[in-house]
This record gives sequence, structure tokens and C-alpha cells, in this order.
Amino acid sequence: MGHQTPLYAEHVAAGARLVEFGGWDMPLQYASALAEHHAVRKSCGIFDVSHMTVVDVMGPDATSFLGRLLANDIGKLREPGQGLYSCMLNDAGGVVDDLIAYWTGDDRFRLVVNAATRSQDLAWLARVADRDDVVLRHRDDLLMIAVQGPLARELAAPLLPNGAGGMALALKPFNSLLQDDLFVARTGYTGEDGFEVILPAATGIALWSALAAAGATRCGLGARDTLRLEAALNLYGQDMDTSTSPLVSGLAWTVAFEPADRQFRGRAALEQQKAAGIREKLTGLLLEDRGIMRHGQRVLTPAGEGVITSGGFSPTMDRSIALARVPVEAEGPCQVEIRSALRSARIVRPPFVRHGRVLVE
Amino acid sequence: MSDVPQQLQYTKDHEWIRREDDGTVVVGITDHAQHQLGELVYVELPEAGRPLKPGDAMAVVESTKAASDVYAPLAGTVAGVNPALTSQPELVNTDPYGAGWLVRLKPADAGPAVALLDASAYAALLDAAH
Repeated sequence: MGHQTPLYAEHVAAGARLVEFGGWDMPLQYASALAEHHAVRKSCGIFDVSHMTVVDVMGPDATSFLGRLLANDIGKLREPGQGLYSCMLNDAGGVVDDLIAYWTGDDRFRLVVNAATRSQDLAWLARVADRDDVVLRHRDDLLMIAVQGPLARELAAPLLPNGAGGMALALKPFNSLLQDDLFVARTGYTGEDGFEVILPAATGIALWSALAAAGATRCGLGARDTLRLEAALNLYGQDMDTSTSPLVSGLAWTVAFEPADRQFRGRAALEQQKAAGIREKLTGLLLEDRGIMRHGQRVLTPAGEGVITSGGFSPTMDRSIALARVPVEAEGPCQVEIRSALRSARIVRPPFVRHGRVLVE
Repeated sequence: MSDVPQQLQYTKDHEWIRREDDGTVVVGITDHAQHQLGELVYVELPEAGRPLKPGDAMAVVESTKAASDVYAPLAGTVAGVNPALTSQPELVNTDPYGAGWLVRLKPADAGPAVALLDASAYAALLDAAH
């Protein structure tokens, strides 16, 4: 048996089918992963994401520490509350993890990193911090709920503790508020609007129940994966890992080479890769034939071979979609090897779906 | 609890088999199997006339999370497939022993078969797995 979040009993009572994920027993789905997916695209779904790792970074060197840790530039944040999506890289330019860093106050930041990579992430943070005057506090005392969908913010705002609803509704995308022990960010992993709420277990359980009672659909990891694939949001461990650079993972936009004197971990390796020429890219695939594309399948293009990093069924488009790493020149028609048969597919520019709308032809 | 109809035979790989009066055999996946897979979004079925040996992968059922092979329970040829599954793979979830059948086989005259279980033996196998 794995770790259980404080909402575990709620999931069992709601009839969730549980699955082991990154050492945690998490809901895979409740009644229907497809219905959960559509609820997020059309109205509002809630996800228990308490397995995500929350780390508070505090101290006089917090900003300079994150300047060295992150491939994106923490200096882009102009005021407290703003969030920054970034990778942290090893010295070979491989991705240790992707995360969001929120500026929470004077010399204080909050990092939200992945669940499955928790121990390697915490070790890497400590190693990069080294002699910095910072305190790293792993907040495993907190619970995290994602409320996602076109109706999510309106539905969730009045239910937030501390009367924080008005301030939460005023948040711009990728901004957050921290009020005592309540943290609310206008972020998510579905391609829809919404909040991610981090709060103590007791108030978190009450919030979960209130959201469900107000009509939000409980959603599991199954819907979370189909939603993020449609939105072409990378999944760490599939679309990138320590052996792949952000420059071949669709994440070049998250690497800040300016200012030129910011020495972040992995910078030298990425500069070498750029100088040598980037040969691969992460892109989208639409299957033209029947079938379902899956992780690991070969992609044949006129420019050379590639591989599917994430594949599956798109409930919104009612067909199979994928993310694939292919030669940088590849475009247009290609083939995918599905159980030793070659199927017709087409390279498209991701994302597939955002804000309830299909964006590819 | 999974539904295990008395009148059918089963394989340990969670296929069910129904012998028809015309000598053909209808194959599907069990209620337990469809529940384990989750909601099906794609079913791949064999061409009519394809010869099969016991244990050959003859169909693929895919849910949002995984793909799973369906095996031929005996030697024979494909006499027909369920055409409704092309547009409605979810029939396998909603009616696994009826409208969600997969393949009709014409058994070879004297071919080998995989070991078949009766309903009580299959139910015992499911119990043992829990």
C-alpha cells in the first residue's frame, strides 16, 4: 500500500477506483473517466493533487538560489504572487523535473514539483542550495486541490476559506495569493481555467466536500492524463526526463538565456547543444487511421524516425492524439507503428484543445 | 461482484465462449475484464476468414488507459465480427455478454483448444485473485 492523501477516505466513500502512482494510492477514476474529462471541458471538475510536492524556499539567498536552480529566469517575476513555469536541469542539460515557482513574499517562494520525483527533487534542491542562506521546507502537511473548467472559478470562489473568494476571482492567470495558510493560484494542468488550492488538511477536506456538494465533478488521474494530453502539457517521465533537454521537449520557451550572465545549472550544456544544432522537436500527432497511439511507438517520417512520448485517446476529438519526438525538419504526413502495423498519422502543431475548443484541423 | 453467467465457458485470460446451434462459437470478454480495463474507446477485430490457433491474439480492446489482447480460445477461422463495436466500443462495457460480443469463430474439425473453465471454476479464479 502506498501513501494516502488526507482525502483518501473521501475517495473510497465516493467509489473511486484507486491506482498506485509515484508511491501514492490515488483515484484513477470515479464512475467514468470520460465523463470526468467532459465535465472539466464543459463545466467544473475537482482533482486531489495532494501527492504533488510543495516546497517553501525562504531566506536572503532565495532569489539567487532559484536563479541558479531554474532554467527559466525567476527575475521575470515583477511582483509577489506571480508564478513561473520552469525546468530544473542537471549539468548535462537533462530535465530533473518541471515545476511552478510562485513568489509568495519577501525572500520567500513556493515550489510545486512532481510526486513521482519527490526524493530526487528534494536531494537536487539541497545540493544546488549548498552554502546558500536558504531554508527548504517540504510542506507535506498540506493538501492540494485543483478546481478546473470554465465554471471552476465561479463555483470555487465562494467556498474558499477565510473569505478569500473575491481576491481569488481577481487573480490573473499564473498569479497566486497567500493568506495565512491558504494558497490559491490561477493555474492548472488541463488546458482550462481554474484554481489550484493548497491548504491545511482539515480545511482542505471541508473544501473538497463543499465543492462536490456544489456540483463539481470528482476527477481521477485518468481524466487528468487525457486532459493534459489534449492541452499538450508535458508529463515528466514520459515527454521529458534526465536524458532529454528542454530544447527537444517543446520547452525551449521556458529556457531564459538572457540575461547572459545568469549561470543556471545546465546552461553550458544547453549552449553546446544549441551550437551543435538542435536535431529533434516535440510535436503533436493526429492519427488518421483507426487505432490508439501509445507511449514508445515508432514514428516514421520522411525526415527520419521518431518516437511517441505520450499517446492516447482524445475524448474531446474522439480520435487518437499523441506527443512525439521527431526530427526537427519533420512535418505533414507520417506513419506510426502500432503493434507491427503501420498506420497513417499527421504531424500537427500542439496544443490540440484549450478552453473547450479544438485547435487543430 | 462481477457477473459470471452459468451457461458460458471461460478462459483464464477472461474471455467467454458461447457455443451456438449452428456449430460456431461466439467469443467476448468477461464483465470482470471490461471492468478492469475501464471504458473502451477502440476495438480492433480480425478479418473474416482469418485462420487462428488457440492462444493467437485475435482482437485488441483499448481503454483510455491501456490496450489488451483478446486470444483465440480454440483453433478455427473467423466467421464474423461484431460490426457495432466500430462506432460503439462502449457496448463491451455496458453489455459484455450480449451486444458487446467480439468475434464469431468456426471451429476447426479436430483442433486443440485452450483449457476452458465452467462458470463456477471461473468465479473461483476471480475470487482467488482478490
